[in-house]
Amino acid sequence: MVDGTQSPLVAKGAARTMAHFWMILGVIIVAFPVYYVFIASTHSVQTILRPPLPLLPGSEMWDNYSGAFSGEINRIGGVSLWRLLGNTTLIAVGIAVGKIVISMASAYAIVFFKFPFRMACFWLIFITLMLPVEVRIQPTYKVMVDLGLIDTYAGLILPLIASATATLLFRQFFMTIPDELLEAARVDGAGPWRFFKDILWPLSLTNVAAIFVIQFIYGWTQYLWPLLVTNSNEMNTIVIALRKMISFADADTPWNLVMVTSVLAILPPILVVVLMQRWFVKGLVETEK
Amino acid sequence: MRRTVFPHKLLPWLLLAPQLAITLIFFYWPAAQAFRQSVLREDPFGLSSTFVGLANFRKVLNDPSYLNALQVTVIFSVLVAFFAMAIALFLAVQVEKIIRGKGFYRTLMIWPYAVAPAIAGMLWLFMFNPSFGTLAWPLRQLGINWNPLLDGDQAMMLVVAAATWKQISYNFLFFVAGLQAIPKSLLEAAAIDGATKRRAFWTIVFPLLTPTTFFLLVVNTVYALFDTFGIIHAVTGGGPGKATETLVYKVYNDGFVNLIMGDSAAQSVILMVIVIALTAFQFRFIEKRVHYG
Repeated sequence: MVDGTQSPLVAKGAARTMAHFWMILGVIIVAFPVYYVFIASTHSVQTILRPPLPLLPGSEMWDNYSGAFSGEINRIGGVSLWRLLGNTTLIAVGIAVGKIVISMASAYAIVFFKFPFRMACFWLIFITLMLPVEVRIQPTYKVMVDLGLIDTYAGLILPLIASATATLLFRQFFMTIPDELLEAARVDGAGPWRFFKDILWPLSLTNVAAIFVIQFIYGWTQYLWPLLVTNSNEMNTIVIALRKMISFADADTPWNLVMVTSVLAILPPILVVVLMQRWFVKGLVETEK
Repeated sequence: MRRTVFPHKLLPWLLLAPQLAITLIFFYWPAAQAFRQSVLREDPFGLSSTFVGLANFRKVLNDPSYLNALQVTVIFSVLVAFFAMAIALFLAVQVEKIIRGKGFYRTLMIWPYAVAPAIAGMLWLFMFNPSFGTLAWPLRQLGINWNPLLDGDQAMMLVVAAATWKQISYNFLFFVAGLQAIPKSLLEAAAIDGATKRRAFWTIVFPLLTPTTFFLLVVNTVYALFDTFGIIHAVTGGGPGKATETLVYKVYNDGFVNLIMGDSAAQSVILMVIVIALTAFQFRFIEKRVHYG
């Protein structure tokens, strides 16, 4: 008789308790840095600078956060926290929506129309996978300068919305739509726009949600690109602003404000991932393969 | 190929136009320029340039600091890919054994995916900051002379830890999906044959995970090569000395801080070759995967 306990993926009793032990240890390691910075953001500079840091939140939370939002970040970083959060949200949403729009449009053209160089267009988009910004860094910067896109939202968003992966995913999904569906729609007199709006879009919603989460995170966590194309503090993302605050670090650095900014740079994308977990995990595991 | 398509001739081009315009302006044109500049040398004022053939490449590949960056990159990438995958696989196997609380663990495990690499680096620097880091404090109490801002090996450990930490979530999700796809009947059959757990893991589970492992190997290598720029830039700035200067950090540093154009372009082209090789490797493996998948 086989009770399954011999399987390396099944455990009972003490072995299962052991699995819980390892997972708890893993979760502590994974979540601790985030917890640590949150705890630090609720203490005074003096407490932060005197290790070890208490493991529980302190009493300065309200002071630190209200101070950070009401101008203290402005004083050290030259730009308000509201503006940083606004910039980053705008860029992350702009990139995610932009990628979805242009990838869906391209995939729609490639799958539902017949025209010369159809596959050449597909490959042209696909090969951009092999050209990350790092391998064309200097000339891309020059293009940005020539087009006057330095320190603009367009410059932060546009070059990042080309997406081989999203186009590939929508293409694959569109190809699973049965021919009969398109025939029926055409018999009923539906043009390309009607077919897209009434049939394809509702069927694509799950994929759109998954790609939105992944690309929102991608946009929010951008680093090299905003570093290159922004000079003015006003145009910084929160990640770049945080880096600048730390690089001027000396004895007088208001570490409590740095910690508050860190928490606010981490929290929005974590919330998006955790709240949209179902779509995110499905999208990640299914699309990236 | 579909049998039924829309008859329009102009519309598909209009639909493709935005994506094609962006790829041509921001991808192909600069990439072509990188190739062009890599065989030219500009005078110091950028007024004229002469064709120098492969001289820039020869110069870059003979430059001790480039070879140092290459070595740093290899060490960094191997460590990050190995630890991020090993830890994730171990945890994925543990979570498979758990029945209640799986969702809870998964929710906490995915946090670092949402954290920007640069911020991941800063979090680890806070914790291990030699003057006030809570986790640096016990190291000092133990008599370890902990100062990643001065000691190259310690700086490397810190950036590897931060980069690994950030990537565990991603690998964990893929290994969990891979483990769930393993047919339970195979494991039952092994149990009937009296295989021990350890043996069943290494002879059945691990080989069946190979497609996932290979996929993650490529993704983790690309991540370690490119996406970790933020960690290096925010935590060590390539230092101390050049102990943590990776290829991508160097291409940025030479192009934007030291302003050496020809070298920077040659470095870009070398990176391009690395990415193309990795992508080709990935697609070869995907083709194979389809056959037994």
